[in-house]
Amino acid sequence: MVTQAEMDGEIAAIGAAYESAVSAGGAEETQPRLDYPPYRSSLLRHPTKDLHHADPEGVELWAPAFGHRDVGTLEADLTIQHGGEPIGERTVVTGRVLDGDGRPVRRQLVEIWQANAGGRYIHKRDQHPAAIDPNFTGVGRCLTDDDGTYRFTTIKPGPYPWKNHRNAWRPAHIHFSMFGTEFTQRMVTQMYFPGDPLFALDPIYQSIVDPRARERLVATYDHDITQHEWATGYRWDIVLTGAHRTLMEPEEEHA
Amino acid sequence: MSRAPGDLTPTAGQTVGPFFHYALPYPGDSELVPPGRADAVRLHGVVRDGAGDPVPDALLEIWQADPSGAIAQEPGSLRRDGFTFTGWGRAATDATGHYSFSTVTPGATGPGQAPFVAVTVFARGLLNRLFTRAYLPGDLDGDTLLASVAEDRRHTLVAVADEQGYRFDIRLQGEGETVFLRHPRH
Repeated sequence: MVTQAEMDGEIAAIGAAYESAVSAGGAEETQPRLDYPPYRSSLLRHPTKDLHHADPEGVELWAPAFGHRDVGTLEADLTIQHGGEPIGERTVVTGRVLDGDGRPVRRQLVEIWQANAGGRYIHKRDQHPAAIDPNFTGVGRCLTDDDGTYRFTTIKPGPYPWKNHRNAWRPAHIHFSMFGTEFTQRMVTQMYFPGDPLFALDPIYQSIVDPRARERLVATYDHDITQHEWATGYRWDIVLTGAHRTLMEPEEEHA
Repeated sequence: MSRAPGDLTPTAGQTVGPFFHYALPYPGDSELVPPGRADAVRLHGVVRDGAGDPVPDALLEIWQADPSGAIAQEPGSLRRDGFTFTGWGRAATDATGHYSFSTVTPGATGPGQAPFVAVTVFARGLLNRLFTRAYLPGDLDGDTLLASVAEDRRHTLVAVADEQGYRFDIRLQGEGETVFLRHPRH
């Protein structure tokens, strides 16, 4: 198992190669690399062939619909799912889901999951010996509103160790799953908290080799969201990959 | 500031990680129609990595038309009532890398379009989701996408008929690597 210092060297070498490629006129990268050796689990799980260009067709131009039959309003509050108050910093995370043209993604499903304040997931594979909180599961869902806004009340998750390399720790994060107005916009990502000292050390975060693209995953502390004597507040907006349907089939009326 | 005002660059994806099982799967997730129904078919397969080993912590989602080719816009995928066809489902792989959906055979969504099931793949170790298509076996000569794929890889996009429906294996890397798709504006 390599040390963190050796891991830092691997990450820095890839980052420096990227920066010099951009300086030489190369394209900026906005997504993570699928082939990113510092994240060891990716070694055998990334495609080696180029992704094949496909113009979206048929169902790909539409997204599944979700509604209040699917998601109860209480599911957006992760702090009220058990008999008592969970341990940790109560926090509100809110923002808008937009498509690539800046239009709000309305009434669409957002799912989140996360570790508790001590960095422990309610998952049988998580053997990190931090306490399980009987008042916190760490799973939430909501629908965006007509403005594309989602809003969750939760507990700020803790960082946790993993086995990628020796003394590897993930920065605190919340997993987000989003749908758009087209299936091609489907995405899963992770939201981070500002100023995390583990950013530079984490190969999953650093797999997005462009620093500006990485920073878009970091929420902003917003005192206007913070609630008096109740919860801190963070804002995090999400932009999905561009929509195609309105460009390709502007006149279509779908039954 | 995490995102400058007016910046519409798409948000980067990240891996689904190892701990999604208690969050994303739900009762009935993989049953677009009840398995016992007369027209129910199985769409299933195994997800394998670059060494040919099964991937026990992958998550697949499918999205498809109904047998007439209509695209559903009905809610209810998360709390299925057994009657409403929503066209969307989700299945985690098991310890042997196997996934299985109960669904119906999709119809063509337009003239000259070959029927297919849109598939999204997530997994621990996979840093961003992958898109692919599972075409139904049959006459696929007129399909634009398949025609644009090298002949020796085309089969990775076509399901194989079996006793209960269709088998669609996914190879993330290596021999027989599945053709994964990049859509414009990605």
